[in-house]
Amino acid sequence: MADISYRDAVTIALREALREDDRMFIMGEDIGLYGGPYAVTKGFVEEFGRERVIDTPISESAMVGAGTGSAMGGMHPVVEIMTINFTLLAMDQIVNHAAKLRYMSAGQYTVPMIIRTVTGGGAQLAATHSQSLEGWFASVPGLKVVTPATPYDALGLFRSVRNEQDPVIFVEHILLYSTRGEVPDDHYLVPLGKADVKRRGDDLTLVAYSRMVQVALDAAEELAGRGINAEVIDLRSLRPLDIGTVVESVKRTGHAIVVEEAWRTGGFGAEIASQIQEQAFDHLDAPIGRVAGAEVPTPYSQPLEMLAIPSLESVVAAVESALGR
Amino acid sequence: MKQATKIADKAVLLDYYRQMVQIRVFEERAAEQYMLGKIRGFLHLYIGEEAIAAGAISALGPQDYLVTHYRDHGHALARGLEPKVIMSELFGKVTGSSKGKGGSMHLFDASRRLAGGYAIVGGQLPIAAGLALASSLQHTDDIVLCFLGDGALNEGEFHESMNLASLWRLPVIYFCENNLYGMGAPVEEMVAAPEIHRIAEAYNMPSQRIDGMDVLQVHEITSEVVQHVRDGNGPYFVEAMTYRFRGHSMADPVNYRQKEEEEKWMAKDPISTYKAWLIQSDIASKEELDVVNQAVELEIEEAVELADQSPFPPPEALYEDVYAQS
Ligand SMILES: Cc1ncc(C[n+]2csc(CCOP(=O)(O)OP(=O)(O)O)c2C)c(N)n1
Ligand SMILES: [Mg+2]
Repeated sequence: MADISYRDAVTIALREALREDDRMFIMGEDIGLYGGPYAVTKGFVEEFGRERVIDTPISESAMVGAGTGSAMGGMHPVVEIMTINFTLLAMDQIVNHAAKLRYMSAGQYTVPMIIRTVTGGGAQLAATHSQSLEGWFASVPGLKVVTPATPYDALGLFRSVRNEQDPVIFVEHILLYSTRGEVPDDHYLVPLGKADVKRRGDDLTLVAYSRMVQVALDAAEELAGRGINAEVIDLRSLRPLDIGTVVESVKRTGHAIVVEEAWRTGGFGAEIASQIQEQAFDHLDAPIGRVAGAEVPTPYSQPLEMLAIPSLESVVAAVESALGR
Repeated sequence: MKQATKIADKAVLLDYYRQMVQIRVFEERAAEQYMLGKIRGFLHLYIGEEAIAAGAISALGPQDYLVTHYRDHGHALARGLEPKVIMSELFGKVTGSSKGKGGSMHLFDASRRLAGGYAIVGGQLPIAAGLALASSLQHTDDIVLCFLGDGALNEGEFHESMNLASLWRLPVIYFCENNLYGMGAPVEEMVAAPEIHRIAEAYNMPSQRIDGMDVLQVHEITSEVVQHVRDGNGPYFVEAMTYRFRGHSMADPVNYRQKEEEEKWMAKDPISTYKAWLIQSDIASKEELDVVNQAVELEIEEAVELADQSPFPPPEALYEDVYAQS
């Protein structure tokens, strides 16, 4: 066992990939000379050279398009988009092209490309730099969306993502990089489409992904002190989605609350809530609760930003209201 | 130093000095407050590039629009926003230019036609074209001055905007602050045609490269360009050579630049070279200039104090200005 940070986990995963897969290369803004905006690729140029660790111009659309083309041509690219906010400039390439090439060519062309990007708010970066847009990608057939919440999952999921034959958006959270956790020394994989019960409990089910898993766990700890035992389920990937684990839990607890950082309207939590009621309606003792980001562009000012992002307090409040306390 | 042929007025010459010092001191105090945790998120300092803001923005009329990127404090100060209003925004306080909701990278002041700091690289470029379109559709002679970094040249929006502006002969000046790097990326490794101003030729747009460390040259040339654009001759592209003396943001340790390069550029410090010129040319004495510095120091100190003492926005501000109030 080793105690490593989430950042370390991604670094290890990428280094492994570059060492083991000679079709793999990574490209992105400031990943080489600068060492990566979040220091994930520090030392990579020295180890792998500038041909496999490519600093790109600030051209998100061209980067993703070139990644797609290189994948069609036999390479295995990892394209890093500095933050998920900037994927908006590459939306055409991701949604209109990468996601559809296999289907439109009837399997003649495939796009085994990994897009790494950084989601989330809470760092006071204001409205243009604090969004959680992963749910948008999860609604696109042809894409897969992976959202690790811990170092263990980041490393294990990335290893699985390398075996995918289709484009995957690998979503890291800005506030998770310095968090730490244990990972085994032996090689392991975390499969896509397999949710993880991060805490056992019988009174209600909290469903979350990415950083909100930590918020849900903190809330569960607080609730335990008030005599409420919450189960916390980490989805780990949004597409493929493991709704089975969620449904099984809700059938046992009778209560579900979905926690997500993204805006409520059209948020991925709505999909989860919908599938729970389709599959476990008779087991529900109360309406499915939702805790989501405030429906505003994220404000810069600290006290306002804290109100805009789900917190331990807002989750606890939602749980108590769902349980009628 | 360019001779001040067209500017005889001592008060004007001294005001360029004051503006540059104001920006420098503002940025230094902001950096200190960042280290104290009073300012958070991203903070991009303009230190080293002051001659551009002071020289170019002073060439605008009050009805002209100013549009810029996230490295925007200098531009906002040069446009006349009060330091305390900007500092308060950086502190996230209600007394800020956007009541604390926009932060350092998103400064606005409609009363001075500062139509924004934009933090998505290249995002301001089509918007500037649109402001120019509004001006031409409304038959005013207001023009738009739009700043961009050398990094923005590589976004598709740059090329789309250049074409649109030229095709429609829009009254916009695209003003590139070429500080040789976009974050840690050297411009010559990122732009296939590193003589940036020549890219404009492909869009049939006139352009020139100027010395961005010389406030008088920046002012004189920008004034000519403003007239050219105001006279209905279509858009213009300026590339000003400059250097940021600090990191890209407060988080950047700057380990990708050579010491010699930094020293070479710092020797061209736009403030100390201009100060020396003012003294040598007998336009102002060292003592007069010291008085300017002291007044600025006091002004910025008061700005920090006001920002610190002002309240944070109230919780209900969270939902204000998402839409028009019904
Ligand atoms: C679309 C987009 N991609 C990436 C970024 C991250 N980023 C912010 S500033 C910057 C460098 C910009 O350099 P330049 O345009 O030269 O301006 P300078 O900072 O040198 O003034 C980058 C890559 C961003 N804000 N927006
Ligand atoms: Mg630059």
